[in-house]
Amino acid sequence: MKVIKIDKQNWTGGIDKSRENYQIFGPVKDKEHFVFKKLNLKEYPDMENALSVLSPKSILFPQSEKILAASLDESQDDHHIMKRVATDYSPRAVIGIMPCDAKAVQLVKLNFDTDDYRDPYWCDAYEATTFVGLAVNKPSIYDFTLSMGSGPFAEEGLDVLLVDCKDHFLAKVLSEKGDAFLKASGFTSEADADKSAKLINEIKNQAEKAIDAEKVKTEKLKEKSLLELHGASFWEDLSFSCINCGTCTFVCPTCWCFDIQDETKGKKAVRFRNWDSCMSPLFTLHASSHNPRAEKVQRVRQRFMHKLKYFVDKYDQGTMCVGCGRCVVHCPVNIDIREICNTMNSYEAEQA
Amino acid sequence: MDSLTDKIRTLCTGLLKDGKVDMIVGFKKGTIPMSSCPCVARTPEQAKELIWDSNCTLNLANYLTNRKEKIGVVAKGCDSRNIVNHIIENKVTRENLYIIGVPCDGMVDKRKIRALFNDDITLFSEENNKLFVETASEKKELDKQDFLKNNCTTCIHRNPVIYDELAADPVEEQKIENRFADVIKIENMSSDDKWNYFNDLIKDCIRCYACRNACPLCYCPTCFVDESNPQWVGKGQDINDVRTFHLLRAYHCAGRCTDCGACEEACPMDIHVRAFTRKLVKDSCEIFDWEPGLDPNKRPALDTFNPDDPDGFIK
Repeated sequence: MKVIKIDKQNWTGGIDKSRENYQIFGPVKDKEHFVFKKLNLKEYPDMENALSVLSPKSILFPQSEKILAASLDESQDDHHIMKRVATDYSPRAVIGIMPCDAKAVQLVKLNFDTDDYRDPYWCDAYEATTFVGLAVNKPSIYDFTLSMGSGPFAEEGLDVLLVDCKDHFLAKVLSEKGDAFLKASGFTSEADADKSAKLINEIKNQAEKAIDAEKVKTEKLKEKSLLELHGASFWEDLSFSCINCGTCTFVCPTCWCFDIQDETKGKKAVRFRNWDSCMSPLFTLHASSHNPRAEKVQRVRQRFMHKLKYFVDKYDQGTMCVGCGRCVVHCPVNIDIREICNTMNSYEAEQA
Repeated sequence: MDSLTDKIRTLCTGLLKDGKVDMIVGFKKGTIPMSSCPCVARTPEQAKELIWDSNCTLNLANYLTNRKEKIGVVAKGCDSRNIVNHIIENKVTRENLYIIGVPCDGMVDKRKIRALFNDDITLFSEENNKLFVETASEKKELDKQDFLKNNCTTCIHRNPVIYDELAADPVEEQKIENRFADVIKIENMSSDDKWNYFNDLIKDCIRCYACRNACPLCYCPTCFVDESNPQWVGKGQDINDVRTFHLLRAYHCAGRCTDCGACEEACPMDIHVRAFTRKLVKDSCEIFDWEPGLDPNKRPALDTFNPDDPDGFIK
């Protein structure tokens, strides 16, 4: 494993150098909270592991994305023919993404890039992107990544893992994309592989100790009966407090549902896709006006069953939750996925 | 605060045991520091989970809409005013409610408190208007008065206006000298400045509609933004659509908003959405001498017509 040492005094210089070949995305403070966005010149990613309100999923999957456009001008030969809009898919690097958020991208990929169908918008953005993660030395109290198949130093989905070692970063090179990014940034000073592996491991162990991996249990989810969980009586009380806003789905790094909308103005037509939320009744409203998930309890159940049961059964790749803790922090009524996960994991069907 | 919790539990346990109500709507302790969770208690056992503290911020009238059961509800000043609104607007009947009024000395603003620390808050407790807040590396003792939610600092109805029983003695109401100073500041801006101010205010809006859904006034079966046939408003992030949502939401609350602050509390993006509704609170107060939610027997300002109604705002 190649490890590069980056002195922090060279950090911003390297980022600037990389801008010649990459669009740089990263977390920055805006008003009172952190957002992931495309950084302007002289803007640098915040490297303090601050939990952004919204996850970086929007870099590949914008909340509102123009995908197709057509002219309605009938004098044009190609009028009313929807065509893909020009989007900048030149190389991008996401710097300072948390390991769990990078894993989330891999889970979202299961939906957008399948054997049967390749979503061109998401996949083109994905292929253009290099993921430069920042290991989480001091996990927040909301971090339950270790229970969800990720962790503060997890490498899945990353091209580079940066580890903050006070006056320098150690950069674990995890892919060719990662190698290319570091070279383009002028970060080429190789560290002693054994020594740095040992140091990284020490910091990793320390970080992992800060998370109680036993607090959230998932090991029995797979063996539970889908229908019994679906019919469980706990959903009613559990969903009582839910106000059916879309906060949990919007802040979630793995919620991938979207809605398609056409808008016209004058002689122009545009097709958008927007994040959608299974918390909204409109999400499932049929054209016939029938709504299979008309009740709040059905919608709340859907979200957690999808994350913690349907996904588990369908893909056999763990839960569709990476344990970032965003929904736990931001739910206005304190619906806590950690508790729901435990409730589902330990559920025994009521005796008839 | 603990004595309030005890009193609420005792009252609610009694109500459930005696069969006076089918369920209690109150708050239980949240799973993270500085949080609470609206909950329902259907048995005396469940009533033991009820709590009261300075984080019981949301408005429980929101959970009564269209319910048919006999409900005991724990209500601070603003909740009680929204219950009055609900009764006036036929969303619930007075007979079906048993209101446990809680005189309130304000809720705390968790954002203001979080901003004082670098780490996550791990512990929060309170006693006699002092707040004790801890993180892994720091400990602070704060005066609750300095960390009230903004709407609580201008509240003049801390005591429930309608109740069957009070959980404590009434508190002294605040005397606020210039209750609408914040609104006047915006009113005095030039048109351009106002435009920029409100555009900047909503620039982070993700249209999750938490503000709408936390609001007890927003109970339309289908909200105008969710109407799909015809569709009134674009669904994307176009600033015109975002602005339309916020302006219409606010205007639907005109003469009804009690400034309970649930909208702002629920917003994940920390948007000061009350900047819209506050102006309407001020206008209904000044133009129509109307404060919503005080008397179930009076029709609201926008629900009545009088030939003498002031019309100076028609230009």
